[in-house]
Amino acid sequence: MELLIALSIGVLVACGVYLVLRASTFPVVMGLTLLSYATNLFLFAMGRLAIGVPAIVRPDAAGYADPLPQALVLTAIVIAFGMTAFAIVLALKARGETGSDHVDGKDVPPSPLAGEGLGMGGKSS
Amino acid sequence: MMHLPILPILLPLLAGILLLLLRPLGLQVQRMVGFAAAFALLMLVVWLFDSALAGQRQVYALGNWPAPFGITLVFDQLAALMLLVTAILAVGALWYAIVTKIDAQGSHFHVLFQMQLFGLNGAFLTGDAFNLFVFFEVLLLASYSLLLHGGGKERTAAGLHYVVVNLVGSTVFLFALGALYGALGTLNIADMAAKVAELPAEREGLVMAAGLLLLLVFGLKAAMFPLYLWLPAAYARTSAPVAALFAIMTKVGVYAIIRVHGTVFGEDAGSLAYFYAPWLLGLGLITLLLAALGVLAAFRLRFQVAYLVLASVAMLLIAVGLHSETGLAAALYYLVHSTLLAGGLFLLADVIVRGRGAYADRFDPGMRLPHHALLGGLFMLAAVAALGLPPLSGFFGKLWILQAALEHPWRWAVLATVLISSALLLIALARSGSVLFYKVKDRSDAADPVLPTRIPAFGLSLVAVLWLLAAVPLLVVLAHPVAEVMQQIAAQTLDTAGYRAAVFDPAVGGK
Repeated sequence: MELLIALSIGVLVACGVYLVLRASTFPVVMGLTLLSYATNLFLFAMGRLAIGVPAIVRPDAAGYADPLPQALVLTAIVIAFGMTAFAIVLALKARGETGSDHVDGKDVPPSPLAGEGLGMGGKSS
Repeated sequence: MMHLPILPILLPLLAGILLLLLRPLGLQVQRMVGFAAAFALLMLVVWLFDSALAGQRQVYALGNWPAPFGITLVFDQLAALMLLVTAILAVGALWYAIVTKIDAQGSHFHVLFQMQLFGLNGAFLTGDAFNLFVFFEVLLLASYSLLLHGGGKERTAAGLHYVVVNLVGSTVFLFALGALYGALGTLNIADMAAKVAELPAEREGLVMAAGLLLLLVFGLKAAMFPLYLWLPAAYARTSAPVAALFAIMTKVGVYAIIRVHGTVFGEDAGSLAYFYAPWLLGLGLITLLLAALGVLAAFRLRFQVAYLVLASVAMLLIAVGLHSETGLAAALYYLVHSTLLAGGLFLLADVIVRGRGAYADRFDPGMRLPHHALLGGLFMLAAVAALGLPPLSGFFGKLWILQAALEHPWRWAVLATVLISSALLLIALARSGSVLFYKVKDRSDAADPVLPTRIPAFGLSLVAVLWLLAAVPLLVVLAHPVAEVMQQIAAQTLDTAGYRAAVFDPAVGGK
């Protein structure tokens, strides 16, 4: 389980960083979302991984999972949701005001990913 | 008396909610309530500051859960100083926004302004690293909306960069907190310090890596090299009162470094004690040089002021990186000076821009400004203070930092960098001052764009500029008592054993 969790966090971070470094807003927002998933998994794993143990007091419990990381993840999820929603709205506003989805508002040739469902560059407003 | 430490957080929060409900009553009511709330906050904070200087730390356990199980607020002299600077800045910025009607350019300005104060005050008061993250998000979300207030193409592009960079910073913040929690089993700052002191050697690497990640995050907020590139455009392109309020935002990063790193990796931390200081000092020196070059290269006044903010943050990073009591006291003096001065400069720049008509803030020789003698005099006063020339407060701050640097092994590097960058700033500001005020064209030149003959709401907007710039002469006249207070604050901040004792046993902290 440890290997699987570590690998998923690693893959999510790698994909997130790659997407954030792209120069148009939609992949950047996607990258931020992937990064926030990775942090949530990471925070969760930092309370040590355990299967089938309760996080709340139960008289017949053999052991307990750490409840604090779960509370932290809950907070982090709420904040990440709000921030992602804000980033999407801002990206749309930037697209509307600058006329392109490049992060600097520059006109760029359509990205090679456009038309494959990843870029917004190919569509007209 | 018991509930006092939470009031600076509750007041802006409740005022913000009230303002949201008052929206149907129109902008005038919102203005009055918003300004009254900011002024009440200032009064409250002045009183709290006075009581903090006389007394000891006050620890407030939220929900009455004792540390380390619950979230604690720690109200000490450093937090009180930051609250005071924020409140002074907020009153000036809000006054300027009201008299120039910038708050009418979009909706919810007053609500967002109070929420920004809520986040700032919370970040200064919290004694818990995760709660610090939450308050960072509160102040950032308010700042995103304030930055975009008024709209416009340039502002949106700069805002997008600012938002994305800070969202990535939040992600890194969570990674650092997770790693610290995994290694130490706690996120209460005082408890973390206690756990680091008895850390087994095999976990030192992990804690150090997490500490450096945290430094990266706080460095991003403070605009430390190489993470400062978002700052000039964001600060130069937002509206003037928001930029003035943002003068405190970079200092939040410096404050977080002093608070978290200074407490957790303080002198009791064994082999990890002050491991972050050389990083801070080295990166601060590079930031200072690049900021000076930025001031020199700026071709617009607002960008120049933004780079001056960067230079002042770099001085603070250097002073904190010296990790001595004198260095910290000098840093606090310079923090008060540079924050209020930067706020005043942003407002002054906006007054000048409004007087220059179509020339805006480009360094092109325009026509003579209305009230040119007064504006030119104020600009020169602010420039001299920002450079650190005698006899104004910047000189005392820089001199004190250099004095603290003399005891440090890197003294020659610090002296050389600070003096060379000051010389560069002098050249740049002399140039911009002479272009703005001396190289004026003849008024009869008809080919030029029309110059406003008067600046709207000039007198009222000047009140805000003077309110913030008044700190410059006051810090000189009261230099001795202020310096003694700063030394007292620095001594209390570096007393990490006292901080831990106060958090774990609130009776020790005193009432």
